[in-house]
Amino acid sequence: MESLAKQKIIEDLLPQKFGKAGKIWVVILLAFCTLGFVAYCMQLSKGLVVTAMRDYVSWGIYISNFVFFVAISLVGSLITAVLRLSQAKWSTPLTRIAEIIAVSAITFASIIIVVDMGRPDRFYNLFIHARLQSPIVWDVIVITTYFFVSILLLYFPLLPDMAILMKFKDKTGMAWLNKMYAFLGSFWKNTKAQIHISEKAVNILSITIIPVAFAIHTVTSWLFATTYRPGWDSTNFGAYFISGAFLVGAGAVVVAMYVFRKAYHLEKYIQNEHFDKMGKVLVMLALLYLYFNVNEFLVPAFKMKKSEEEHLMGLFTGEFAPVFWFAISTAMIIPILILITKRGRKPLPAFIAGLLVVIGSWFKRYLIVTPTLLHPFLPMHDVPEAYKHYFPTWQEWAIALGSLAGALLIVTLFARIFPIIPIQETITEIEEHEMSITKI
Amino acid sequence: MKTNDTSRREFISATVLAGLAVAGCSSGKNPFQPDTATLETVKPSGEMVKLLSVNGEVIEVDKAFLKPVPELPQVSNQLARQGIAGKKFVMVIDLSRCKSLKKCQSACNHMHSIHPGQNWIKVYPQQEADHTAPYWQPTTCMHCDEPPCVKVCPVDATFKRQDGIVLIDSDRCIGCRFCMAACPYSTRVFNWEELNLPKEIAEKPYSCETSVPQKKGTVGKCDFCPDMARKGELPHCVSACPNGVFMFGDLNEDAVTNGSETFRFSELVRDKAGYRLMEDLGTKPSVYYLPPVNRNFPFENKEEKEENKKS
Repeated sequence: MESLAKQKIIEDLLPQKFGKAGKIWVVILLAFCTLGFVAYCMQLSKGLVVTAMRDYVSWGIYISNFVFFVAISLVGSLITAVLRLSQAKWSTPLTRIAEIIAVSAITFASIIIVVDMGRPDRFYNLFIHARLQSPIVWDVIVITTYFFVSILLLYFPLLPDMAILMKFKDKTGMAWLNKMYAFLGSFWKNTKAQIHISEKAVNILSITIIPVAFAIHTVTSWLFATTYRPGWDSTNFGAYFISGAFLVGAGAVVVAMYVFRKAYHLEKYIQNEHFDKMGKVLVMLALLYLYFNVNEFLVPAFKMKKSEEEHLMGLFTGEFAPVFWFAISTAMIIPILILITKRGRKPLPAFIAGLLVVIGSWFKRYLIVTPTLLHPFLPMHDVPEAYKHYFPTWQEWAIALGSLAGALLIVTLFARIFPIIPIQETITEIEEHEMSITKI
Repeated sequence: MKTNDTSRREFISATVLAGLAVAGCSSGKNPFQPDTATLETVKPSGEMVKLLSVNGEVIEVDKAFLKPVPELPQVSNQLARQGIAGKKFVMVIDLSRCKSLKKCQSACNHMHSIHPGQNWIKVYPQQEADHTAPYWQPTTCMHCDEPPCVKVCPVDATFKRQDGIVLIDSDRCIGCRFCMAACPYSTRVFNWEELNLPKEIAEKPYSCETSVPQKKGTVGKCDFCPDMARKGELPHCVSACPNGVFMFGDLNEDAVTNGSETFRFSELVRDKAGYRLMEDLGTKPSVYYLPPVNRNFPFENKEEKEENKKS
C-alpha cells in the first residue's frame, strides 16, 4: 500500500463512466423499475384487487419486501458505526458501500410500504391523525430518523472527497456533475477546524445510529409480535429480526464488494483480506441468526400448542416446507459451511455465500409474513375459495422486483457519481501508516 | 285554481323554512333546498294530498309537487365517534338455536351492500374435539372492550365508542390492514376493489354508523347497526333470524331481546352458562355465547357435511 502515490489513489478511485456492461446493467434495472411502475399504476386504478392478497392473507410480499429492505439497511450501522467504534480500521473501504446500501434500502422500504397501502392518497393522515400507541407510528418515526442519520453519515465523509472531485474536474466529465459537487460541498475548505467538526459529527452520528438501527428493526418486528397470531406472538421477535438483519446486510455488502471490485478494478483497495474478515463476520452472524431460529421454532414445536401446531407443521413438513428448508439452508447453513474454511473466504466463494444469504433471507421474510396469516384462530370459512391461498400475482412480483431493482439502481448511480471507496480517508490512513513506520 | 295557488305558495314557504332549519344545523349541501327549476316546469296533476306542515297546520298539496326526501346523514362524524350516551350494547348468541340458515348473513350483506363473496357475519361449523358433536357458531364483530384492532390503528380510523361499539371511519382509513392482522376473530374484511353498487346506494352520504357505502381500499366489518339502535330498532341480523338466535340489548338496562322474547341479560348468561370467545386473550368481547346444548347433529344435509369436512 505504501508504494501507492497519492495521485495514483485518486486516479484509481475517481468515479468512472459506465462501460458497456455498466450500461446494460443500468438498462436492465430501468426496465424492471418501469415494469414495476406500470404494475403499480394498474394497482392504483383498480385497487389492491390486482394482488393475490385477500381477507385472510392481508399482507403479502409487499410487507415481506418491506421487512427485507429494513433488514438490509441495518448494515449501514453495523459497518459504519459498530466497526468504526470498535476501531476496526480494515473496514474503512467498506463504509461507503455499506452506507449507500443502507440509504437506498431504507428509501425503498418507505416506498414499498406506501405501495401496500389501500389508500395511499390518505398518507397524510399518518401525520394529522397520528396515534402514538400504534406500532406503525413508531415505525414512521424511527425510519424517518434512521433515514436522516444515514444520509448524514453518508454525506459528511463525502465532503473532503467532493473537494478532490472538484479539483479533478476534467476527469469526472459532465458539467452538471461538477455543479452538483460544488453545490453540495464547495464550503469544504479542508481546514483543521472543519476536519475536527466533521470527525466529531461522524462520531456522534455513529453512536446515535446504533440505538436507532436497533429501533427500526425491533419496531418492524413488533408490527407482527404485537398481535396474537401463532407464529408472530413471540417475545423472541426483536432479537430474531435484528440478528437476521445484520446477517442479510453483511451478505449484501460482500456481494457489493465483489461486484465493485470487479467492475472498477479495485483489487488494491478491496483486498482478499477484506473478504476474509467479512467472511468471518458473516459466519458469526449466521450462527447467531441460527441460534435465534432454533429458539423461534424449537421451543413452540416442543409444546405443539394446538394453535401453533398447524402453522409449525406447515413450515416443517407441510406446504411451506420446501421454502422453509430452502431459506434455512441458503441463508445460514450453506454459507456457514462455505465461509468456515479459509479457502471459502476467498473473494469468489465469499461472493457466492453472500448471494445465498441475500436470496435465502428474502424468502425467510416471506415465511415470516404469509404462513401465519393462513392459520387464523378461527378456521378460514365463508369466503371464496381463492381467499384461502396466496400466491403473488405478476403485478406483485413486478412491483417487488421493481423496488429491488430501484434500490440497486440507486447504489449503481451513486457509484457513478461519487467515489465508492472514500478517497480522502484512504489517503489519510496510508499517510498515518507511513508516519508510524518512519517513527519506528 | 285559487286554492291551488295558495297551496303552492305555502308549500314553497314550508320547504324553504325546512331548508333553512336544516341548513342551520348541518353544513354541506342541503337536500331540502327546493329545486326551483323543476318547480317551474312541474304541471299540477289536480290530485291533492293532505300534509302536516312544519307549523302544525294541515295543508293540501298537489301530488305532482311531492318528491321523495333524500336520505340525510343521521349524525355528524363527531357524534358517531362518541356513541349513544348511557348505553352499553351487548349481544347474546344462543348456539343451541342456530341451524345455519344464514338469514343473518344475507340480511347483513344486503343491508350493508357488502362485496359479493365477503361476509361480516360468518357461520362456522365448529367441533371441540374429534368425538364431540359439531355445532354452528355465527360470529359478528365481538366489539371488544379491549379491542386489539383499535390499539394498532395508526390514524384513529377504527375507534371504541362510549356505548361499547367499535366502528370504522372509512373516510379516514388508510388501508394499512394492521387491524386485520391484529383481530384474533378474523372479523374484518377489506374492500380490495371498487364496489359495483347501484347508484342510489353509492350516492348515499357515508356515515360510520351505517357503514354504507363501503369504500375501495378501506377495511369493513360488522358495526352492530348503531343507526338502527338510534331509531330504537334491532340490528338486521337479529330481526332476520327466524330461530331467534341473536339477542341484542343494553347491559345498563340488563335486557336483551331477539324481537319476540326479552330476557334479563344477567340471568340469561348466568342460567345458561354464557361465555365469550377466546377469553384468555383478554379482549373482553361484548358478544356472549350460550352453549350449543341439544345438538341435533351430525349436520343434516350433504352440503353442510362437506363444508364441515373441509374446515
